Amino acid sequence: MNTTVAVPEPRSALRKLAWVLPVALLLLIAPFVVDPFQTLTLTYGLIAAIGALGFNLLLGYTGLLSFGHSAFFGAGAYTAAFMFKYLKVASMELFLAGSVLVSAIISILFGYVCVRYTRIFFGILTLALSQVLWSLAFKFFWVTGGSDGLRVPTPSLLGVPPSKDTMDFIAFRYYYYVLGAFVICTLLMWVVVHSPFGKALQAIRDNEIRAEFIGIRIRRYRLIAFVISGIFTGVAGALWAPLNGLASPDILIWTFSGEIVFMTVLGGFRTFVGPIIGAIAFTYLKTYAVGFTVYWQLLLGTVLVVLVLALPTGIMGAVERIAAKLKKAR
Amino acid sequence: MSLLATQALAKSFGDNRAVDRVDFSVRQGEVLALIGSNGAGKTTLVNLVSGLLPPDSGQIIFEDQDVTRQSSYQRIRAGIARSFQIVNLFDHLSCADNVALSIFSRHGKTLKLTTLASRDREVWDEAHGVLHRFGLERAATMLAGAISHGERKLLDVAVAYALKPKLLFLDEPTSGVSTREKAPIMDIVTSIVRAGGITVVIIEHDMDIVFRYSERIVVMHQGVILADGTPDQIRNNDAVTTTLIGTHPGGEPAIGSANNAGR
Repeated sequence: MNTTVAVPEPRSALRKLAWVLPVALLLLIAPFVVDPFQTLTLTYGLIAAIGALGFNLLLGYTGLLSFGHSAFFGAGAYTAAFMFKYLKVASMELFLAGSVLVSAIISILFGYVCVRYTRIFFGILTLALSQVLWSLAFKFFWVTGGSDGLRVPTPSLLGVPPSKDTMDFIAFRYYYYVLGAFVICTLLMWVVVHSPFGKALQAIRDNEIRAEFIGIRIRRYRLIAFVISGIFTGVAGALWAPLNGLASPDILIWTFSGEIVFMTVLGGFRTFVGPIIGAIAFTYLKTYAVGFTVYWQLLLGTVLVVLVLALPTGIMGAVERIAAKLKKAR
Repeated sequence: MSLLATQALAKSFGDNRAVDRVDFSVRQGEVLALIGSNGAGKTTLVNLVSGLLPPDSGQIIFEDQDVTRQSSYQRIRAGIARSFQIVNLFDHLSCADNVALSIFSRHGKTLKLTTLASRDREVWDEAHGVLHRFGLERAATMLAGAISHGERKLLDVAVAYALKPKLLFLDEPTSGVSTREKAPIMDIVTSIVRAGGITVVIIEHDMDIVFRYSERIVVMHQGVILADGTPDQIRNNDAVTTTLIGTHPGGEPAIGSANNAGR
């Protein structure tokens, strides 16, 4: 084809990624410069970020708002707990492998039903199905421990058995383990959303009829996106379980799905990094709100209202807007 | 030889027989115009043939294959593509992305999730080639939702064209476009499809456009085909002129502005 138009990409993409290096450096040295409590909070934030990244493949890229992602997060966490209780396994890699498998199976089952619908019907269906899992965990207490939940021990990491020093494990070794998992998950998701498949999902999000008329089989693509999304959130659940030490029905209930929605919207679901920023910001917000007042939900509610009114495109949307204004002013 | 033929194709919406046992055929390589007043059943016919709507009865034969029960996906694979009356694009993707998606789809690459889309030079070169031909290369990196209406109409056709169809339905390719812009758009579209050897069915209300660009005209009225012939035959067909076109004192066809909507 004779055309002078260059393919957009490399340079501008590299420039866009210029901020990654300093952030990566900060994340790498964090345990050496901040106190263990901060490292722990950051670990929780990174785990939530993996879950939110998975969730946003559906919301931001496929245009489906799931209110049932607690199901996959819970599935990941309970898989770790079951593996320890019934199989006497205490290896983080096996926990992760198991959670990938289980969350894949559950998301295939749920997805098969849910992707036939869109908008509010999709949201309600995902919510209803996740509540089924919650009630199972709640009622079958002889298997699941009921409302008490199940204990998850500190596992071996990459074959190295857990150290006796819990502080060293939580605030140092496990932090780097989660950071590694976070980097891998982020890279994987980056590739997925920038692949031809990712473009096809965005096409479905923008205009499903047209997508169908360029030969994209919408349901199949939505199902695949649903499963990938479920697996990512399941992995987040498995990483969360040893840190929390307990898998309980709290993480299967629909309000927990709401938290995943909240953090993604907080960060901005229109951008790739939005959910990551939102998840970390939400984790800090919640941690400090809980410490600050017993009415922490009130505080979060207020933040949500302000967010919707003042920053409808989330933190990253606002950052982009300000950056564009500064660029114009120059 | 007919590329597409419908046999007694019918579709009703309640009591309204939108398409009433229609036998409609399209010959290989022609540019055919499908005309008729609002509610004549033109768009419904295209919706039936492209697979957007299931027919109540009748058959659709494409290249001697019965495609009546096939999904729209299978028909696209077989070579039937369409554009839309109301512009139907992926507004949050760039114009290049819009066209490239059709090419990825045609190559069966849209299920690839472990390679970056931007790395596929073959697809992007072709996408930019298509944009170039449609005069849209300057808009390549712009979002499809941010370009002018005339450019959007062209991009809508380009997205369908990039599927390399054998039969292309263009549902009002110049609707909502100023009179001045209509001819340039039609010039671009018809020269591209002719060069590509694509058979085209154009639904259009503007009679100037219809008579100037089509080789054959099929007139629909209240769900049935009223007339079928060359532009000259249609111009001199009394049934058509009285029920549809109407004449103003100068004797020229005066349809168009009054019928710019459509179903």
